[in-house]
Amino acid sequence: MILHVEKKQLVAPGEIVAEGGYFAGDNVYKENDRIFASRIGLVDVVGNRVLVVPIKGCYVPYVEDPVIGRIVDIGMSGWSVDINAPYPALLPASETFGHRQPFPKADLTKIFDVGDLVLAKVIAFDRTRDPLITVKGPGLGKATSGRVVEISPTKIPRLIGRKGSMISMLKKETGCQIMVGQNGIVLVSGKSSENERVAVSAIYMIEREAHTRGLTDRIQEMIRKEFGGREFVSGKAS
Amino acid sequence: MFQEKRPERLIDANGLRVDGRKLDQLRQIKLEVGILDKANGSAYVEQGRNRILVAVYGPREAHPKHIALPDRAVARCRYHMAPFSTEERKSPAPSRREMELSKVIREAFEPAILSEYYPRTTIDIFIEVLQSDGGTRCAAITGASLALADAGIPMKSLVSACAVGKIEGQIALDLSDLEDKYGEADMPLALMPSFNTITLVQMDGSLTLEEFAKALDMAVESCKQIHEMQKAALKAKYISIKEEVEEKEESAEAGE
Amino acid sequence: MSSTPQISPMAKIEQRTIVDMMSRGKRIDQRSLTDYRDLRIEVGIIEKANGSAQVFLGKTKVMVGVKVETGDPFPDTPNEGILTVNAELVPLASPSFEPGPPDENSIELARVVDRGLRESKAIDLGQLCVEAGKKVFVVFVDVYVLDHDGNLIDASAIASLAALLNARMSDYEIRDREVVYKPGYKPLPIKNYPITVTIAKVGNSLVVDPCLEEEEVMSARLTAAIDETGRVCAMQKGGMEGLTIEEVKAAVQIASTKANAIREKILEAVK
Repeated sequence: MILHVEKKQLVAPGEIVAEGGYFAGDNVYKENDRIFASRIGLVDVVGNRVLVVPIKGCYVPYVEDPVIGRIVDIGMSGWSVDINAPYPALLPASETFGHRQPFPKADLTKIFDVGDLVLAKVIAFDRTRDPLITVKGPGLGKATSGRVVEISPTKIPRLIGRKGSMISMLKKETGCQIMVGQNGIVLVSGKSSENERVAVSAIYMIEREAHTRGLTDRIQEMIRKEFGGREFVSGKAS
Repeated sequence: MFQEKRPERLIDANGLRVDGRKLDQLRQIKLEVGILDKANGSAYVEQGRNRILVAVYGPREAHPKHIALPDRAVARCRYHMAPFSTEERKSPAPSRREMELSKVIREAFEPAILSEYYPRTTIDIFIEVLQSDGGTRCAAITGASLALADAGIPMKSLVSACAVGKIEGQIALDLSDLEDKYGEADMPLALMPSFNTITLVQMDGSLTLEEFAKALDMAVESCKQIHEMQKAALKAKYISIKEEVEEKEESAEAGE
Repeated sequence: MSSTPQISPMAKIEQRTIVDMMSRGKRIDQRSLTDYRDLRIEVGIIEKANGSAQVFLGKTKVMVGVKVETGDPFPDTPNEGILTVNAELVPLASPSFEPGPPDENSIELARVVDRGLRESKAIDLGQLCVEAGKKVFVVFVDVYVLDHDGNLIDASAIASLAALLNARMSDYEIRDREVVYKPGYKPLPIKNYPITVTIAKVGNSLVVDPCLEEEEVMSARLTAAIDETGRVCAMQKGGMEGLTIEEVKAAVQIASTKANAIREKILEAVK
């Protein structure tokens, strides 16, 4: 079992990462006992599984993922939703609360109209059909206000941080509600547009510097500087 | 702006070519990744006087739906030249040559893209030649590999490309437009370097079997050189951000 | 045939945010209502063209190449050279551009840029005649949009003027009704410097240089080309809604105040 690279090393597609008894994880593939990177990213080794944490990649839906999407069409029994994936998502009318079938189209518009932003969860997805989402659940449903930020879905784990450390720091320091979709869409809702602006800047900075160390502290420092060098006091911007 | 005439000799008494290169020397190559904002992935290639921009969109929903394949992504490729890219203005309408190149370039990537990962989608490669000076399909392939990787499209390998030809009886690397026009053969080649798999080879002219073998070896060798440049260009963006951040931290610490 | 466009791909709350902020005099990128985004102009990048320029206006990127060739004059202007402007919205510039022949947007773009150049007589076409009625110089201005983040009209017009100013044709003389080239180069006969300024109406506000998101929520736009003497030489209104008379007057007024700064930047870049 040979590891050709170090953990956290940056690799390009086609570079050999390991050979021998290793198993292939995400973003690598195995050919004749050798494991190669399939995307540009940082190498990680978990036990005897080798994988690459990609720098960029489109969103692939997973069951249970919270996602934020935009209604693009209304059909006979539900809505077509853009969730920033290569496949449009279907939100069946049966996956909304307290309504009875059958649904005349006019009724559907009253619930969600084209252009509405929804907080949803993926309930089904496989290779043969488009993802299915639901808005039944706590905190799900139509978004009524806030700024929408789109970042690479591969950076969402960094935005959340280990055990949520980054996202809680962000919420605390900016006083904003921040809803994170695994599909790279983030909704920021704060008491003032200034708070929201700082939160949005912080999110873009996290996306850009995701692969560097000490990011949480740097972001916190940046936010405090924006608010005039003191800790953000709930309800007031600087 | 200039008007080129047929030079007296393509190779001078010292074995140097019109632009001062040796027979086995590549033109100067500059590669930049991620220069466009809207595209999912992008790259810019300068090779000699070639200036080529490549963008990748995808994987994205197939439009129109009927072109989608049930078990893999559809790759689409458009090689197109700007009207101001050539000596004489070229009409923006696609020519037969552009259509042929679009096909062979797409086929150069089909073995490399892991298209089974994204059934029922399309992966679109758009190549715009802003200035053309010979060997554009190879430079385009070199750039398209970077744009695909920049877009996060999963690939078995990057694809590297280079052309070898014959001028005044000698095998020469990376012909310029002038050399191709007045030379005896030109052979573009694309390679998946990790596997020595050739994904594009075309040739026009006249080569003996021996010359062909020599040209092929030279092309493969150069593709590997270009491969190293591609990897460096891909990583450069992230390395520079990392260095920038580390510099900021060091100066912050020093300032305290 | 022209049809009503598809709906904007922007969520309604995003659209509301932009409009609300604008009603308070703010834009999402912190600009004032009459500020242009950062403008950078590079010239001479395409050596094979007679002239070339690349414009970076915020994240919008447009490249223009100028080629000068000889051809037949138009029958109604036998003593004049020809200016022809073409624009390509190539698919690499935006997920919404599809490959194919120029659509109504790229044709409108080309014709608006053309109008500014032509009506201001920026190029003295009379100086581009070789043999009256038989042969003239044809100036091709090819606009290539590379990255669409809004306000393609202004970016294209800036790049076109810069490319024309950058352009050099081989020096020549006319001998026996034929063009005989001499060593050396000469610039094109440029006599005026028209600048187009595009203003969008968002909610009740008029904003200069709309970025892509602002274009998606704007109800209408007005582009005015202002020449060196401050005269209006071309105009184009676009969009799905109307403008009041006051808005049209105000927009043209704003355009005339913004043109000089842009003109200076172009002249600086082509030095």
